[in-house]
Amino acid sequence: MKIYNGGKILVGLIIFGALVASPFYLNMGKDRATEKPDIKIDTPEILKLKNKQCIEPKELMRATHMKILDTWRDSIVRNGESDLILISGRKYDKSLQNGCMKCHSNKEDFCDKCHGYLDVKPTCWECHIAPKEKKS
Amino acid sequence: MSYRAKGEEVMSMSRRNFLKLAGVSAIAGIGGAAIAGEVQKSVLETTQITPKAGALTGKRLAMVIDMGKLKSVEDINRVTDACHRIHNVPHFDDPKHEVKWIWTETFGHTFPGQEHKFMPEDMKHEPFLVLCNHCEYPACVRVCPTKAMFKRKDGIVMHDPHRCIGCKYCMAACPYGAISYNLKDPRLAKNLQEYMNPEFPTRAIGVVEKCMFCFERLAKGLKPACVEASNGALVFGNVDDPASEIRKLLASKYTIRRKPELGEEPNIYYILG
Repeated sequence: MKIYNGGKILVGLIIFGALVASPFYLNMGKDRATEKPDIKIDTPEILKLKNKQCIEPKELMRATHMKILDTWRDSIVRNGESDLILISGRKYDKSLQNGCMKCHSNKEDFCDKCHGYLDVKPTCWECHIAPKEKKS
Repeated sequence: MSYRAKGEEVMSMSRRNFLKLAGVSAIAGIGGAAIAGEVQKSVLETTQITPKAGALTGKRLAMVIDMGKLKSVEDINRVTDACHRIHNVPHFDDPKHEVKWIWTETFGHTFPGQEHKFMPEDMKHEPFLVLCNHCEYPACVRVCPTKAMFKRKDGIVMHDPHRCIGCKYCMAACPYGAISYNLKDPRLAKNLQEYMNPEFPTRAIGVVEKCMFCFERLAKGLKPACVEASNGALVFGNVDDPASEIRKLLASKYTIRRKPELGEEPNIYYILG
C-alpha cells in the first residue's frame, strides 16, 4: 500500500502526538499537584498562646472559614456591627486583616499553600494588606 | 375487579393509604428541613460575640467645618494628610488618576452662585475644605446598581468595595465630586509603596472610593481622623441629639451647606470665618 505524501503525514502525526502528550511529559517529575499542602500554625503569635484553639475546631475552620469571613464582612460593612469575637477570654476584631492575620501572620504558609493546592484564587489580598512575612 | 385483565397485578395500596403516606412524608420533609436549619444555625457554637463598648453611634452623623479656624495651608494639609494616610489613599501626580477623600476647592467651586465680585479678596482665593457630604438623600445611593453605595442607619453613606463593579454611576450622580475612581492599581502609588496603614485595606483597580466618615474609628470610640487633626476646627456629632456639641454649635452660629437647592440634604455645615 502506498501512502501519498507519506513523509509529511508521518511528521505531522509525530508533531500532533507530541503536542497532545505535552502536558504529561512536561509535568513529569513535578508532583506539585499531588503534594499535600503543609500548613504551618507555628507563628510566634500562636506559640505564645496557652490555649491554641481558634474560633472553631480545625475541621470546621477548614470547611467553613470562607463562609465565616463572608458573614463577618456583611455584618461589619453592611450592618455596621463592629462586635468583637471572644476566644477563651481574649477579644479579637471580627476582621480578616485585623483579626485572623494577627495570629496567622504567615499568609504564605497558611493561606496560599492550601489555596494553591486547590487552585482557588480568593481576591482578598487585592485590597486587604497581608502581614509582613517573617523569614525564619 | 372484573374489568381487570386476568393475571394483572392488583394495586397493593389503596387511595386512602396512599394519601396518608403522602401526608406523613410531607410533614416529615418540612420538619426535617426545619431541624436541618436549626443545626445549620448552631454550627458556630464555640464562637462568642460581644458588643464593643464605647462605640460612637448616632442616627444622623454630621460635621461642622469652621473655616475661620482653618486659615493656613498647613492647617488644611494636616487635616487632609491625616485622612489620606490612615486610609491608604493613593497619590498620583497625573490629575486624571487623582483619588481624594478630603480635599480643597475655591469658594466659587464650593458654593457656586454665592460668589460675587465685591466679596473679600482673601475669601475668594482661600482653599475650602470639602469631603463627602453624607447626604440625607444621597444621589449616589439611588443610582448604584449593586447597592455597593448605601446609607447606614447612623447616616454614613458607605461604600462597599466588595460589591462595587466600577460603573461610575455614583460619580456622575454626586453633585459634589466626592467619589474617585481607581483608574490605576492604587498600590502602584509611590506613597503607598512607602507606607501603608496595616490596619486598613487599600482599594483595587476598577472600583470607586470616597470618605466613609471613619466608620472604623467610630466603632472603636474614636473621632474621625480629620476631626482629630483639626485642633477644633471640625466638629463632629449626631445632629439628632439636641444636647450634642454639634447641635449647640449649629444653634449658636450661622452655617451654610453646599448646593442645598439640590435637595440632597448634605450633612456637612460650614461656618465662614
